Amino acid sequence: MSFLAKYIGQKVKRTEDPRLIQGLGHYVDDIKLADTLHVAILRSPYAHAKINSINVEGAKQAPGVMAVYTGNDVEGKVGYVPCAAALPELKVPKYPVLAQGKVIFVGQPVAAVVATDKYKARDAVDLIEVDYDPLDVVTDPERAAKPDCPVIHEEFGTNVAFVHSAGTGDLEAAFKQADKIVSQRLNHPRLAPIALETRGVLAQYFPGEQQMNLWSSTQIPHLMRTQVAIMLGIPENKLRVVAPEVGGGFGSKLNVYAEEALLGWISMQLHKPVKWIETRRENMAATIHGRAQVGTVDVAVKNDGTLLGLKYNVTADVGAYHQLLTPAIPTLTGLMLSGAYKIPAISMTCTGVFTNKMSTDAYRGAGRPEATYLIERIMDRIAQELKMDPVELRRKNFPQPSEFPFGTATGLFYDSGDYDKALNKALEIVDYKKLREEQKAARAQGRLMGIGVSTYVEICAIGPSAATPAGGWESATVRVEPTGKVTVLTGISPHGQGEETSFAQIVADMLGVDLNDVLVIHGDTSIVQYGIGTFGSRGIAIGGTAIAMATEKVVAKARKLAAHMIGADEEGITFENGKFVGSPTDKAVTLQEVALSAHVAHNIPTDFEPGLVATHFFEPKNFTFPFGTHICVVELDKDTGDVKILRYVAVDDCGKQINPLLVAGQVHGGIAQGLAQALYEEVVYDENGQLLTGELMDYAVPKAHQLPRYECDHTETPTDVNPLGVKGVGEAGTIGSTPAIANAVIDALGPFGVQHIDLPLRPEKLWRAMNN
Amino acid sequence: MNISLSINGIKHEADVEPRLLLVHFIRDLVGLTGTHIGCETSICGACTVFLDGKPVKSCTILAVQADGTEITTIEGLAKNGQFHPVQEGFWECHGLQCGFCTTGMIMAVCGLLQENPQPTEEQIRHGLEGNLCRCTGYQHIVDSVQYAANKLKTQSAKAD
Repeated sequence: MSFLAKYIGQKVKRTEDPRLIQGLGHYVDDIKLADTLHVAILRSPYAHAKINSINVEGAKQAPGVMAVYTGNDVEGKVGYVPCAAALPELKVPKYPVLAQGKVIFVGQPVAAVVATDKYKARDAVDLIEVDYDPLDVVTDPERAAKPDCPVIHEEFGTNVAFVHSAGTGDLEAAFKQADKIVSQRLNHPRLAPIALETRGVLAQYFPGEQQMNLWSSTQIPHLMRTQVAIMLGIPENKLRVVAPEVGGGFGSKLNVYAEEALLGWISMQLHKPVKWIETRRENMAATIHGRAQVGTVDVAVKNDGTLLGLKYNVTADVGAYHQLLTPAIPTLTGLMLSGAYKIPAISMTCTGVFTNKMSTDAYRGAGRPEATYLIERIMDRIAQELKMDPVELRRKNFPQPSEFPFGTATGLFYDSGDYDKALNKALEIVDYKKLREEQKAARAQGRLMGIGVSTYVEICAIGPSAATPAGGWESATVRVEPTGKVTVLTGISPHGQGEETSFAQIVADMLGVDLNDVLVIHGDTSIVQYGIGTFGSRGIAIGGTAIAMATEKVVAKARKLAAHMIGADEEGITFENGKFVGSPTDKAVTLQEVALSAHVAHNIPTDFEPGLVATHFFEPKNFTFPFGTHICVVELDKDTGDVKILRYVAVDDCGKQINPLLVAGQVHGGIAQGLAQALYEEVVYDENGQLLTGELMDYAVPKAHQLPRYECDHTETPTDVNPLGVKGVGEAGTIGSTPAIANAVIDALGPFGVQHIDLPLRPEKLWRAMNN
Repeated sequence: MNISLSINGIKHEADVEPRLLLVHFIRDLVGLTGTHIGCETSICGACTVFLDGKPVKSCTILAVQADGTEITTIEGLAKNGQFHPVQEGFWECHGLQCGFCTTGMIMAVCGLLQENPQPTEEQIRHGLEGNLCRCTGYQHIVDSVQYAANKLKTQSAKAD
């Protein structure tokens, strides 16, 4: 594949930005259709309760109210909220779009009010009377699996939704040969993704055409189209899903929720456009959460630090129901348990349990941060036990560059890597030796300085179709219009990643055209061919590759016509800087001239199909495995337990970088979320299943002064999984950072003999550790 | 209640319910949708606009409280087709990703630079604590503010 390097590899400013910095982008709530009705949803105040009766009469009489719907109205008419993940013997409860007979989490939709404006809709919600009988509540996932625990879904007779086992190798032998077994119980707190734009849906049904437009703030417009069409029983080709400007997702919009089908169905009843915009309070309670695993890891190790085997026994908190990918998330944890190390035997047993809480699902990293946190945390614990330097312990167990593709005991083949190189670069940037000396000196003065290292690897470019529930390929169409402007249709659905720019960079360099002559269209199922969407750090690696391959097809087709136009042999024609040049005639035609000729079609070869367009569906042969080293230096305040981050160094390797400015943005944002997980954030339910972190006032999304300046660098190890040599970078920062910070904080507490403290590492917990 | 206020230099008169939030007046009645709603509790700052020359959070101000005031929203920031230096800073320094917090963030930065034209990094970070961004990790936003501060300084030096 041949490129110019005019744009690729450059820090190109985003083409998306002019509209966004002027407030001229269109998110769902910015789309105004005449006669739109507004929907407000009554949600369960109980975590577990039987619904005896619902009285909607008062609400129906309220000013401006057009309709009120409950579970009875939608039963048998709107399908259940879908789960696409499959595991052996997975228990999938029926998840109605409005509660039927009982509620099983706080925030579950119970009734929907439709009114002429949103104030009136919310007023009327308060007039609905529901008679509940509260039932016993299950919030502790470990208790949920026990036989004497109340059962949430009676039809299963148990709260266990699945038991998933993963890993290979002779674990028994590994533990027999071990000099030491290091164990640690770890809790991965429940987190809220918090896209700044909450979810929102606008549905418009055309009764004459029997077609529907559905705008939704989603990462997966095509997958949503398929699922919502099934839920509503309308033909998929009569449903148009549009993801307009989307204000962040982080996995929370990689889903199909009750509200999309509900709004679609209401629009079919009333023959009017209907809109629902999630409030932040609804977002905290009824948009998916992430993480929420608790378990114990045991590692068999030799006295020289050689890792022999790893066992992870974990309970995953499913929440009340499965959402789209809920049970698949812990399977990603299982895949990544080898981390960046050679571990001959690995085993995970994961028990997924139902609890009376919102469902968990994909949140940035989705299962991999859990694996990385536990392996990087246990590496520090091992180093502590063996009195080894944590860096040397890691280095000792790295696979060498020559060992790639590197096969793990979890059944993966890491595509490429040079872990030492990234580690050395990071050590050099922080001056690790000097830092350790400074730490000694600080400790001598009674100061609590800590250094934390994380040498992570992650699994990206998700993923080969065989490994994903609904296809892991991506699609692209590249079209050169009669005027020479280039239109790209991508199945990727960006929501902040900047791919209108980075995809255009690829095409502009391949075709030798100006960046501003390339328009990237995404997110509209009636314009774009079927695609999969944006998640799992797949945009550039799979979507970008699909675009590059479609562009190559366009060039091949154009070359044929160019040869005809200049009367030369196709084989002898070179294509550079947007020009086809013949040999030996030296006659030339531009791509624009070829495009015009292809459309006018007055003088084309007899076997030449008019037009200049090509489509490619790219199926990757493997995942990609980006990696890197993050080093964090902290100092703790002895009096308050506050953590001050002195340095944060990140050396990431995501293969070739198409746009280093955007890569930096992804890394920064990722680190911020991983750091938030380490120090600040946790979704908290009380023992009655009431959500205590129900607003941004209670849930600690970090502010600018709570985050450090990140010192970023990179190494570049290409991959042969795709012809662009790119790996993906959307989640690396989140995955790599949490353990670096946690390890730094625990290291700072060294003088107190602390081995481990569960996240988030809030000042109170640290103060207690110092004053116990 | 009848209210009359100016938004981006254009006068608007309307009969509104006393409980109508200013942000809904701006977005739904006037149709300027660049001002966003992210939390409804004054935490996230996505709804920040200028009211009589000072940044406020329009999700917790009633439209009737804005009677007789002059409002500037993000749509009123660029002049004669030229981006405001703060907008330019965000574009140059990749200070935005999904763009949802951006419009309120830009308004808050304008307020910050009005009070403190040459802030240090720490002052910038503290000065923006009323605005949340979930995408950028804030570093490029800090860079954007520094870019804007320098540009404004150069502009005012030229004007002198």
